[in-house]
Amino acid sequence: MTDPLLRLSGLTKAYPGVVANKDVSFDIGRGEVHALLGENGAGKSTLVKTIYGLVKPDAGTMTLEGRPFQPAEPRAARALGIAMVFQHFSLFDAMNVAENIALGMEDPPPQAEIAARVRHVSDQYGLPLDPDRIVGELSAGERQRVEIIRCLLQDPKLLIMDEPTSVLTPQEVNILFETLRKLSAEGTAILYISHKLEEIRALCENATVLRLGEVVGDCDPRATSAREMAELMVGTALHVPERAEKPAGDVVLSLNGLSAKAPHQFGTPLREISLEVRKGEVLGIGGVAGNGQDELVAALSGEMRTGGDMIGYHGQAIGQMPPNARRKIGLLAAPEERMGHAAAPDMSLTENAILTAMTRENLTTRGFVHWGKARGFAERVIETFDVRTPGPQNAARSLSGGNLQKFVIGREIMQAPEVLVVNQPTWGVDASAAAAIRQALLDLAAKGTAVIVISQDLDELMEISDRFAALNEGRLSAPRPAKGLTVEEIGLMLGGAHDMEVSHAGA
Amino acid sequence: MDLSSINPILLLASLMVAATPIILAAIGELVVERAGVLNLGVEGMMITGAICGFVVAVNTGSPWLGFLGAAIGGALLSVIFGVLTQILLSNQVATGLALTLFGLGLSALMGQGYIGIKAPSFPDWHIPLLGDIPVIGPIVFQHDPMVYVGLFIVAGVWAFLRYSRAGLILRAVGENHEAAHALGYHVVRVRILAIMFGGACAGLGGAYLSLVRVPQWTEGMTAGAGWIALAIVVFASWRPGRLLLGAYLFGGVTVLQLNLQAAGAAIAVEYLSMAPYLATIAVLVIMRAGRAPGSLGQSFHASR
Repeated sequence: MTDPLLRLSGLTKAYPGVVANKDVSFDIGRGEVHALLGENGAGKSTLVKTIYGLVKPDAGTMTLEGRPFQPAEPRAARALGIAMVFQHFSLFDAMNVAENIALGMEDPPPQAEIAARVRHVSDQYGLPLDPDRIVGELSAGERQRVEIIRCLLQDPKLLIMDEPTSVLTPQEVNILFETLRKLSAEGTAILYISHKLEEIRALCENATVLRLGEVVGDCDPRATSAREMAELMVGTALHVPERAEKPAGDVVLSLNGLSAKAPHQFGTPLREISLEVRKGEVLGIGGVAGNGQDELVAALSGEMRTGGDMIGYHGQAIGQMPPNARRKIGLLAAPEERMGHAAAPDMSLTENAILTAMTRENLTTRGFVHWGKARGFAERVIETFDVRTPGPQNAARSLSGGNLQKFVIGREIMQAPEVLVVNQPTWGVDASAAAAIRQALLDLAAKGTAVIVISQDLDELMEISDRFAALNEGRLSAPRPAKGLTVEEIGLMLGGAHDMEVSHAGA
Repeated sequence: MDLSSINPILLLASLMVAATPIILAAIGELVVERAGVLNLGVEGMMITGAICGFVVAVNTGSPWLGFLGAAIGGALLSVIFGVLTQILLSNQVATGLALTLFGLGLSALMGQGYIGIKAPSFPDWHIPLLGDIPVIGPIVFQHDPMVYVGLFIVAGVWAFLRYSRAGLILRAVGENHEAAHALGYHVVRVRILAIMFGGACAGLGGAYLSLVRVPQWTEGMTAGAGWIALAIVVFASWRPGRLLLGAYLFGGVTVLQLNLQAAGAAIAVEYLSMAPYLATIAVLVIMRAGRAPGSLGQSFHASR
């Protein structure tokens, strides 16, 4: 008998207006680590939701160990040995670890026994976790451990992982991979979804590439280059951002011992950040989310006031200056959260353009709005940055995440800033749009703007930064030239993998 | 003013009676909110329960059947809210307010012809042995059965939320409905059941007013008790134990100020009438340390 563990044949699922999956077929063998690759909207999520019983396919069949497999709901899929770790964690913040785990199990044993089994499994796989802690207080890496252990307690035959590494430090990623390899050696198949090609090359034995809902290729990631895989995903040759070497310019922005209290209960205080940013350079700031990124952007944009001398702009102390005054003198910022922070979801793109661009683009006179001029500006942003929308009269909410991201970044770039601060510029944006945004940032720097890019995507920072610095608990490391930095060095700059290494050393 | 006319034992005993309608309505709303639904229609469901219970009790002569009728009436009204907010995805705040207005009008209509009638009597229990204990006996163990039913429901809800699987699922649905759905729990079903439980409890609370506390029917007789119940749920940080405390505090100050009025205290009546509200809010704000269920008040739609 050489039946694969799971065979998908001809799976098709259409939503009004979109075909999410079209005639998708492939096999996953026992103990195989199988990658599922594709851009945003390629149909990866729909496909794994079908396997997990959250979506019913319109056509096509699945067989599990040679028997027909049609899970009506996740419960049925779990009973047959399918487990899933979600991209946006499916955890309950106000509950403790053991309760969260009980919710993901059929017929869970009493809490005390769950706690004992959590301890056992976490020892076995080197994933330390205290079952009594409240999930809301855990770090992203720890929260992921909760999800993984929740799956492992059910002895799955197939473990589905949807973009598991997006929130982890390089060291945490290594630990995760060790766990996954151990599972695979024990016979658990893993379906691994990611767009980080280097990870897939390091981990997976087989890859299926989806584009616009269809399988466009299979490959052995260990024998295929990242570039080839990326081109399979995108369907065209991928444009890698280019930059010209240039001499360093004058200092535009300087932070002198920037310190600020955490603005709210779950915030991070900024501690003694000193930094000089020069004309025409791209400074990359890395770090795991929640280490002061939002606070740093707020301090630079003017949302959060600091001591006046702490921020110098062309030698002028601007720490107390409000956002619009900073925009006027050429310091612009684009925050991370698109909906509700960078853009007002229910207002049109024209109105959203006015909100940040009215000062620099002279869109108002004596308090009255020049609608024609504003619409023209919004249209230029839409055209220049290839924002897919019927027009500037559409509400920001109606745009997909990637398109809105292009709009809010483009809106700032089009105002020709002297300093631009962007936080997570390509978060949730597909590969070709991300490349376009990065190229635009580099072009802006080439024209003499100082660009500060804050991101959790290290590959992105390495690709575009001239210098790299890391934020860790509100402190900024000394910036180093990005060229030649190794992943290990970056990991150390980011502050290591918290408490994870110790347990693995003993495992 | 003659403070000696206030009998502390009677005062404490009537405190338990005064708090019961609020306890009943609030514990129902607590379950609803723990499931992530904000139903502002408590007042409307209470008064509908009050008239349903009164009509059934007068026509059958049985207060027990009256309470049953009140629970069914309150639950039926809440189903309207459930269908509108959970299936048709209407706004919970607006729908809840509409439910209150609708309940007030509906109860006035149903109550025509029942004004001025006295409800069948609902005798107090004199619990053997326990009721004979001096001081504690008359305060705690000589009430009508609904006082104990109310306490039993609070204890039941506490144990349900804390120890049962179903309670865990209900909390999960209220905490993060997207995640609960992804794990395969039926968010809408859980919520509609919780809403019906809340309606039934509010109905019982209303009927306690019309059958025991007053005991007759007058229009608008709940007089804001439903809003107090709502406030107590929030200030009690969604915990049954604190809810009991808040309701007793409110009941206690209410009874005390009535006694002070009767004793002719030299404070304006308006200030005394304000006292229960101020005292309850002050104490519960001071002890407040909880956070709201994560998905409270948000509509859930299983897209994709």
